Amino acid sequence: MSILVYIEQFDGKAAPVSWEVLGKARGLADQMGGKLAAVVIGNGVEAVAKDAVSYGADVVHLVEDASLAAFRMDPYAAVVEDLVKAHSPKVVLFPATARGRDLSAVVACDLNAGLAADCSDLSLADGGLAAVRPVFSGNLLTTVLFNGPLAVASVRPRSFPTPEANPGRAGEILKSGPVAPATGIREEIKSFEVTGTGEVSLTDAKIIVSGGRGVAKDPDLGFKLVKELADTLGGAMGASRAAVDAGYIPYKHQVGQTGKVVRPDLYIANGISGAIQHLAGMGNAKIIVAV
Amino acid sequence: MNFVVCVKQTPDTAELPKISAAEAVSGDIKATLVLNPWDEFAVEEALLLEDRFGGDVTVVTVGPEKATEALKDAIARGVKSAVLLDDPAFAGSDAWGTAAILTAAIKKNGAADVILTGKMSVDGNSGLVAPGLARKLGATLLTQVTKIVDISGGKITVERQLEEGRETITASLPAVVSVSKEINEPRYPSFMGIRKAAKASIPAWKLADLGLSASEVGAGAAKANWTDVRKPPARASHVVLVKEATVEATAAKLADLLMAEKVI
Ligand SMILES: Cc1cc2nc3c(=O)[nH]c(=O)nc-3n(C[C@H](O)[C@H](O)[C@H](O)COP(=O)(O)OP(=O)(O)OC[C@H]3O[C@@H](n4cnc5c(N)ncnc54)[C@H](O)[C@@H]3O)c2cc1C
Ligand SMILES: Nc1ncnc2c1ncn2[C@@H]1O[C@H](COP(=O)(O)O)[C@@H](O)[C@H]1O
Repeated sequence: MSILVYIEQFDGKAAPVSWEVLGKARGLADQMGGKLAAVVIGNGVEAVAKDAVSYGADVVHLVEDASLAAFRMDPYAAVVEDLVKAHSPKVVLFPATARGRDLSAVVACDLNAGLAADCSDLSLADGGLAAVRPVFSGNLLTTVLFNGPLAVASVRPRSFPTPEANPGRAGEILKSGPVAPATGIREEIKSFEVTGTGEVSLTDAKIIVSGGRGVAKDPDLGFKLVKELADTLGGAMGASRAAVDAGYIPYKHQVGQTGKVVRPDLYIANGISGAIQHLAGMGNAKIIVAV
Repeated sequence: MNFVVCVKQTPDTAELPKISAAEAVSGDIKATLVLNPWDEFAVEEALLLEDRFGGDVTVVTVGPEKATEALKDAIARGVKSAVLLDDPAFAGSDAWGTAAILTAAIKKNGAADVILTGKMSVDGNSGLVAPGLARKLGATLLTQVTKIVDISGGKITVERQLEEGRETITASLPAVVSVSKEINEPRYPSFMGIRKAAKASIPAWKLADLGLSASEVGAGAAKANWTDVRKPPARASHVVLVKEATVEATAAKLADLLMAEKVI
């Protein structure tokens, strides 16, 4: 195995960035002349494993158990670490979602491997991974190089295109069960309140319509118009911190330095002045419209 | 109950664009340095926990002597005890090195129940110190925390905001909690606090004080190395002012332009 990719799923649905990472990893594995493996963890998630094959994995490790139905760090990390120890990939990649980021860090730390978080590009240099990531809040870039036999990286959504799915592709699905973590399982999920169903996630969105303090005269109408346009275009709704601080819209919509970093094809900013801290979150949009 | 807050001194976000690649590499940054904005929430939460559950709060940072100012900022907000972790051997540590230094310091300070961190540093942008610390300390890891519901019976219950929704989770202590912006409204340093901070004498612990060896930390131990630090390629930007006789005509023109770019 040359590369292992962690496929993140919630409720049986894969996070779209997983496929973007897998598509990029396919190219890297071919360059390395090695196999591309994926790992899918959950319960009743075989469909996700099949999708991983159609998106380019040679081998998919499907690890299912009732105890793995919801993400918890200790049992999930144990599974990934066990696979890495058994198959010694050179590179392990994760989607840079909230859970993917944490899992990548725990696995890399436990295995004493270098980690580059939130990468925006990946390539090979001298046979090893070279991972490009923004630092200083997007004001600088660095290429992270690794010491040691294993390199770990998490990849930002929309850094790579979604590969073409090929449902006829051949690949092996290997099923296994949970691995007991050395720490025991120390977390118990009491409840999970799904919010934002039906909403397009900001980080995955191709189109984002945002509102800022410029709607102060009538914030309710302003954000109603922002939402209408976002819905019409099939996009997500964003906001500046000024709008969030003023209570016009919840924090989860905030774009910027202390909000989400997004990379849509189209970003429509309404009544937003374009402060440095706002630009840090959306400066890489392909087209920006300022109203 | 013992609470530890890990803070970092980082450049003022308004001055980040002025920082050159050379400054970032040498660490000799000319911009104004402040308490990492995310860490204000961690400091505030520690003070709130002190009020709710009793106990002591200690603020720690790995950094040069100048980073004492970030500790003083926390003291000015009400934290009573602070430690600077400074040794030439620490220079060039990656996240795991920093986590190893913090782990040793937390152990030396006495067993901590809850260790608080910010979500990420505005310079390193990695968000790796909290997970590194949790694993090295053998503590549970709770990130994206928007509310600490309870701490009792050796357990902590928190709410976390994840992509799909809000999770309520109970985990065993000790725990490393990285807080989200929604968790509180940080207080400002008070006048009395600033005077107290100015007079505070802050101990500095070195490599030997922490019982670490030089091979475990610093540039030599780093597994991930920043190379080729550079300004991002300048955006080939091209600005178009869309202004027609009426709002409707302006909107129609804009829609045409966006369709021509194939983004809608
Ligand atoms: C540590 C730190 C972190 C920060 N993090 C973030 C962050 O994550 N995200 C973020 O956004 N900000 C962040 N900020 C705040 C940032 O500096 C700005 O204050 C904020 O982005 C301003 O929001 P705004 O553009 O909505 O408001 P303003 O700057 O007040 O801009 C309002 C704009 O609306 C225009 N306007 C007014 N009326 C109309 C109208 N009728 N039609 C059209 N336009 C109109 C005005 O001309 C102006 O351009 C941060 C600041 C700090 C110090
Ligand atoms: N040098 C440091 N000393 C103490 N705490 C740190 C240091 N660097 C990072 N942290 C903590 O870890 C959090 C995440 O930082 P980072 O992993 O660098 O993005 C910060 O918000 C701090 O709470």
